[in-house]
Amino acid sequence: MKPSPFTYHAPATPAELADLLGTLEDARVIAGGQSLMPMMNFRFVQPAHLIDLNTVQGLDYVERRGDVLEIGAATRQRFLQRSGEIAQSMPILQEALSHVGHRQTRARGTIGGSLCHFDPSAELVNMAALHDATLTLTSAAGDREVSFAEFGVGYLTTSVQPEEFLSAVRLAVWPRHHGHGFEEFAFRHGDFAICAVSCLMTLDPGGTIERLAIAVSGVTETPVRLTQWEADLRGARPDAETAAALASAAAGIEAMSDAYVSAAYRTHLARVLTRRAFLKAAERAKEKASA
Amino acid sequence: MEMRSFGQSIKRKEDPAFLTGKGRYVDDIELPNMAHAAFVRSPLAHARIKSIDTSFARQIKGVIDVITYHELPESLRQRRLPLVVPVESLTNPRLPFTLARDEVCYVGEPIAIVVAENRYIAEDAVAQVMVDLEPLDVIADCRDGLKKGAPLAHVGASSNVAATMHSVSGDTDAAFAKAAHVFKENIYLHRGGAFFMECRGAIAHYDTFQDNLLVYVSSQGVHRLKRSFLELFDMQDSKLRIVTPDVGGGFGPKGSYYVEYGAVAAASMRVGRPVKWIEDRRENFVATHQERDQYWDVEIAVDDDAKILGVRGTLTHDNGAYTPWGIVLPWISVATVPGPYVIPAYNMTLVSVLTNKVPTTPVRGAGRPQAVFVMERLMDRVAREFDLDPAEVRRRNFIKPEQMPYNVGVIFRDGRPVVYDSGDYPACQQTALDAVDYEAFETRRKAALAEGRYIGIGIGNAVEATGLGPYEGVTVRIGTNGNITAYTGATPQGQAHKTTLAQVVADHFGVSIDDVTIETGDTSTISFGIGTFASRTAVNAGSSAHMAAKAVSIKVREIAAQLLEVEPDDIELRDGLARVKGASNRSKTLRELAVYSLGKPGFSLAEGMAPGLENTAYFTPSQSSYANGTCLAEVEVDIETGRVRITRLVMSHDCGRVINPMVVNGQVIGGVAHGVGNALFERMVHDDQAQPLSTNFGEYLLPLAADVPRVEIHHQETPSPYNPLGVKGAGEGGTIPTIAAIVNAVADALRPLGVHIAEAPLSPQRIIELIEEAKARSAA
Repeated sequence: MKPSPFTYHAPATPAELADLLGTLEDARVIAGGQSLMPMMNFRFVQPAHLIDLNTVQGLDYVERRGDVLEIGAATRQRFLQRSGEIAQSMPILQEALSHVGHRQTRARGTIGGSLCHFDPSAELVNMAALHDATLTLTSAAGDREVSFAEFGVGYLTTSVQPEEFLSAVRLAVWPRHHGHGFEEFAFRHGDFAICAVSCLMTLDPGGTIERLAIAVSGVTETPVRLTQWEADLRGARPDAETAAALASAAAGIEAMSDAYVSAAYRTHLARVLTRRAFLKAAERAKEKASA
Repeated sequence: MEMRSFGQSIKRKEDPAFLTGKGRYVDDIELPNMAHAAFVRSPLAHARIKSIDTSFARQIKGVIDVITYHELPESLRQRRLPLVVPVESLTNPRLPFTLARDEVCYVGEPIAIVVAENRYIAEDAVAQVMVDLEPLDVIADCRDGLKKGAPLAHVGASSNVAATMHSVSGDTDAAFAKAAHVFKENIYLHRGGAFFMECRGAIAHYDTFQDNLLVYVSSQGVHRLKRSFLELFDMQDSKLRIVTPDVGGGFGPKGSYYVEYGAVAAASMRVGRPVKWIEDRRENFVATHQERDQYWDVEIAVDDDAKILGVRGTLTHDNGAYTPWGIVLPWISVATVPGPYVIPAYNMTLVSVLTNKVPTTPVRGAGRPQAVFVMERLMDRVAREFDLDPAEVRRRNFIKPEQMPYNVGVIFRDGRPVVYDSGDYPACQQTALDAVDYEAFETRRKAALAEGRYIGIGIGNAVEATGLGPYEGVTVRIGTNGNITAYTGATPQGQAHKTTLAQVVADHFGVSIDDVTIETGDTSTISFGIGTFASRTAVNAGSSAHMAAKAVSIKVREIAAQLLEVEPDDIELRDGLARVKGASNRSKTLRELAVYSLGKPGFSLAEGMAPGLENTAYFTPSQSSYANGTCLAEVEVDIETGRVRITRLVMSHDCGRVINPMVVNGQVIGGVAHGVGNALFERMVHDDQAQPLSTNFGEYLLPLAADVPRVEIHHQETPSPYNPLGVKGAGEGGTIPTIAAIVNAVADALRPLGVHIAEAPLSPQRIIELIEEAKARSAA
């Protein structure tokens, strides 16, 4: 369990990083190393060059810009979890982060690293899907903006090109009166979720759904937004019946299976957790409406 | 003898070093000019080796040697590994060569060893060793191995059955014929492995000048390893020394001699340099012994009062590819089933099946958790069929304290009848029940159900053979500087021997445990040893320490009495002094006495006096001492997700007299953690070609801190009459009844849904499947 030989690079600026990526063959970028290092130690991944993002200036920050929260790709998960700005404007992200690994791994792991690894059940991938993320991919040729749908291509695969790196993530901030629900099932706390469901909701003055977002992850290769249902349920009551209908929709996602978890169990969890997340978001939205 | 240390919760002497990073494990040892090894292992579960090409690997810069079977010393090409525990019923023993000769029988079996300047280069070279394998048919499931016309796990074997053994007591046919009720259960039990923090590892240092071999190895007993080395290598006893430094967990599998050890030694002899091999975690998952699968088809016969008339059935045991420990593991299983109950007739057939998987040998509990699960499941089944309280069914069937010593009627794996020495099983269970206000549980259940919460309570009762012989010796010596040192072959892996054995010794000299040094795990310090497993060190080494220390203390008194001109009985030992009782100014230091005891050059010793303040004792127990315990678990099951939360766990435990309650509590808590893992998390998954899929801790789930409940421990002390300290073993008691208690509690919680459970571990997914099956049954 020792990595195969590689050459280590420590660029100081995004420009140097872009130059290295533009010129080196078979290079990988390392940020927190919480996934890449084990994969290298197992020799599942054997890059010729390893470029260290930790020495690059200016990639770790959280900034509120109007209705958008911009996060530098190399920002540590632990930093995000303790950010006052996030606690205020995006409480679901804070809650989701508490499920990302353990305190020790969050101290090293970055948001960009998690997104680029693109594990289908990663909490931060779910959050990017839920918040209609746009991502900045940087190369020597300049920046390119992609939507979350364009970013995630498939299982552990993104559209980031060999000469590019992820430099920033922008998440849509919801109005202050929104309610949120995050439900995840993992065998143990801190494991990758078998299924995670997130929900954001605002209610109109009459108590019916004004705006809704639901992201289901872990069930299939990329997180699924229940887009049609989000639109159709505008004006519906956020009650148990609506929750059941939405849960059935989530159970309709074609689920993957592996040696440990069956498709049937993933589907079962998608149904249960969607109902719970929806009802939790509704409860919180109601509390905020009455506050 | 006035007790001072014995029985006290004294802080462990070991901990300051461990807690400050000053532990010294095999991988911490750096020898000059040391080379590093990595193994080429079989990627297939069963294959014929057609050819091995090491030429590419040899060309890599930094590679010192690549060794296959053909480059091994003559003796290792002739001899397979020794069989540690041969028994008559093991009709088809299978043992490997140090490196595979022409056939590999499990994924991970070593084929070649690469020696290089560092481990990185060794790993690079491993990838360049070209092994041409012809795949052979695979036995991945022990039940398949018994089918007619099944392929063979070993080419040329007559069958896949390693052993068939019958454990019989009384007349089960008659008992079942007259029984008012018979209930059957088909039970599947899976235990993964031990997964100690420190993986295996060895350094072989062949000294070309002195022609001797020193092996540092992370083990549970150096003397048995030495015996294996001597059987394999043509070497004089005096030329071989085995040392085990600090060990980061053993739990059974580190008690075996492994092929890697001989390969590393052969490598050191060939290259003339010390060679280090440290097992990495992936190797640990494929190449360290495990416990894995048992299938029990059992039935119980009871009368109208729910009293047991008989138990019978068959255990089909997954032996894995080789039989280094014979059938020790499943034998313990079948001998443990009767537990604390009166079972007039018992007949269990054990079939141990060869499969193409890594061998199975004992892991903490050693087949007992499975046996307890089987018996406790049957007891719950009886309770359910009679609509009786499970605790009451057990009460009706307990062996009573006045029946002790109690002959169960079956033969244990040591060839002796299972005779329980002492214990109060009804009181042990009652203590646990009282602790949780058991009688009120039905009220709590009703209240929970009204809120849609499913809670359950489960009982596990176990009797455990501990302190197995033949012996574990201790030498106690007082140096000429007055230091008291005890040497033993027992090898701690976290048990606190350096504290508890010091407690036993210290009391004989009236000193603090800080004045007693315990030296372990070195074949050069004591002639014979067996090692640390089977909860045996307190009984065996503890008793020997007591005997040796007592003998030395008597001699100290005799010499002091002679010098101080009083009778030995007038001498008391306190704080490093031998002094005349009531005249504290008349004394001799241990140092003075030690020097005196050695005599003076040219002078004769006093008549009849042997030199030195030293004694070696080998306590040999006449039989096992039987510890017992009751685990009571309360759980809450989320019937929507299948998640189990253990809300309470009580362990009522009797390991005889307790040397150090804090140490025993630590053992029990650690044991419970193992039980929690086996009940709810740990599963070693293979595909249908016996390819291990769970090869890291992301896939093989150990319980984390948050998954293990607080353990409430209640000690009973029923001394064992079979050793001078009255102690019984405590290392495994936490694990053994816990799996049964937790799974019984889950079954109890899901009883309102009609769920029947006869397996462990239980994953959340499996719980949902069982709930769905029950729903389908009730709908049909």
